[in-house]
Amino acid sequence: MPLVEMKDIHKYFGTVVALRGVDFKVDENEVVGLIGDNGAGKSTLIKILSGVFPPTKGEIYVKGQKIDPRRYSVREAHRLGIETVFQEQALGIKQSIWRNLFLGREPTDRLGFLKVVEARDETHKLMREVLRFRGGGVSPDASVRTLSGGERQGVAIGRAMYFEADLVILDEPTRALSVQEVQKVLNFIRELKRRGKSCVYISHTIANVYAVSDRFVILDRGKVVGEYKREEVSEPELNEILIELHESRAQEELQTDSF
Amino acid sequence: MLKANIDLRKYKMQIGLTLIFALVILLFIITSPEVFLRPSIYLAYLTTIPFIGIMGLGLTFVLASGEIDLSFASVMAFAGYVCAVMVDLTGSVTVGIIGGLLSGAVIGALNGLFIRKIGIPSIVVTLGMMFLIRGAVNLLSGGLGRSFTFLIGTPWHSILVGKIGGRFPAHALWFLGLAVVLWFILFRHRFGNHVLFSGDNEGAAQMMGINVDWVKIKVFILMGVLAAFAGIIDSFRLLKWWPTMGEGFLLTTFASVFVGGTSMFGGEATILGTFIGAYLIGSLEAGIVAAGLSGFWTRFIYGFLILVAVTIHTVLRKGRGV
Ligand SMILES: Nc1ncnc2c1ncn2[C@@H]1O[C@H](COP(=O)(O)OP(=O)(O)OP(=O)(O)O)[C@@H](O)[C@H]1O
Ligand SMILES: [Mg+2]
Repeated sequence: MPLVEMKDIHKYFGTVVALRGVDFKVDENEVVGLIGDNGAGKSTLIKILSGVFPPTKGEIYVKGQKIDPRRYSVREAHRLGIETVFQEQALGIKQSIWRNLFLGREPTDRLGFLKVVEARDETHKLMREVLRFRGGGVSPDASVRTLSGGERQGVAIGRAMYFEADLVILDEPTRALSVQEVQKVLNFIRELKRRGKSCVYISHTIANVYAVSDRFVILDRGKVVGEYKREEVSEPELNEILIELHESRAQEELQTDSF
Repeated sequence: MLKANIDLRKYKMQIGLTLIFALVILLFIITSPEVFLRPSIYLAYLTTIPFIGIMGLGLTFVLASGEIDLSFASVMAFAGYVCAVMVDLTGSVTVGIIGGLLSGAVIGALNGLFIRKIGIPSIVVTLGMMFLIRGAVNLLSGGLGRSFTFLIGTPWHSILVGKIGGRFPAHALWFLGLAVVLWFILFRHRFGNHVLFSGDNEGAAQMMGINVDWVKIKVFILMGVLAAFAGIIDSFRLLKWWPTMGEGFLLTTFASVFVGGTSMFGGEATILGTFIGAYLIGSLEAGIVAAGLSGFWTRFIYGFLILVAVTIHTVLRKGRGV
């Protein structure tokens, strides 16, 4: 039984067709590399899976259980163990690091008042032990806008690390990161795999995707156009496939233009 | 010691504001000692300022959530009217108060629904609501005021606007209490956290599972209830209601909140700043008049103070790296 399964997913934004009949699944303890050109529909697909918006049409199963799209939400996805690092980072830059870490899942007492000390301490621990911001010299009270691009990305990823999930979805998590930081993210994915968790990894850097994924799914203009197990392709071959896809697409667009 | 230093730096905006306020009062003391060395002027401030202050607290939430409200001064009058009519109908002051507060909540909810469910910008919706409600007040009342003398001797009168120890106005304590409670809600409660994030980055809040529509609708309801409360207690204090009530409060409330340091851009707000800002703005007029300057100076000095204060706030914020 797959951990999550999406069947015949369509998504329209007004007249824009972002997804046209996508089948996508992630198995238990599997890392899936989701690749494709800009605008292919990768982010749209994983946002549907994360509960940000419903599909126009299609079915979603999580752990074998059918999801009611009207009742599905980000909160529900969190509850089912799906954690996402969005391409847009999803941070409030005027707020402190600890507020960002716990946004939507604040530790509170029964009346809803924040347990500030606990939230700060937990944030501090995560920053010191996992993220290692500037040698641990950054306060959890610092607002996110005082952080560098890579550090901000660190907060977004740290949030996914902190809330242990069964499926971690990473949409372009290595953008804005230095070589060492990229290695940390890749190690995080390997660690997830080792602990029996699953991951969807979206990136335009094929070398990184290749380094950690068990399977690759190629999306093009809202459709799945290729699916390969890691054993079936080498990294240069995968690159080749993507370049060919890009060229055939350019050709097609040229032809339709001349009509 | 070090810890205290850090805490002070966090509040430098508010400390600066308090210093400005102290300076203004000092200036008034120098220019008209006969007025400003006696307690009665300060008691007068405590009597008049809570109304803009209470609405300023609501406006602070609205701005923190990234929205704006122009209708609250009309809501103030509307709720006062509803309260008077309800008391007439039922003979119960309690029912009147509840009815007045509810009318504010309903108008706030309508604002929120138009803004979030239909998608009209808040400045447009609340501008319309400002005229609509003021118009409704005039139509319903026929332009006539109403007497609240039925209140004399009732417990609600002393609880809400009585004079503690014969001098200290009770509603000044209500303002203080509301400021403390709302500070905790904004900065120490889950709801306030969602308000701040909704104003800071709506998309981010949504992606982390916050129902931004509902958060903002609740903020407008809070604004409506606070404006209604201000209208009810202002009628109680003066023992009368009149249809133009609150008209002069719209801009002074905005001035208090902006001078206090709350940003127009959402995600950042200060309750303490609004509290001090209300007293600063509210104390100017009397001081200017007492100093022997004509009333013409009032607006000039308001304008000057707003520009200076907001410039300082903006520069301070830039220093923190926006
Ligand atoms: N909220 C939205 N409203 C309207 N159109 C949208 C929205 N989100 C995505 N789209 C459109 O859907 C299509 C797919 O976008 P999507 O963001 O899923 O692509 P992507 O594969 O993630 O691209 P990239 O690699 O650039 O991140 C694009 O044509 C985009 O313009
Ligand atoms: Mg994308």
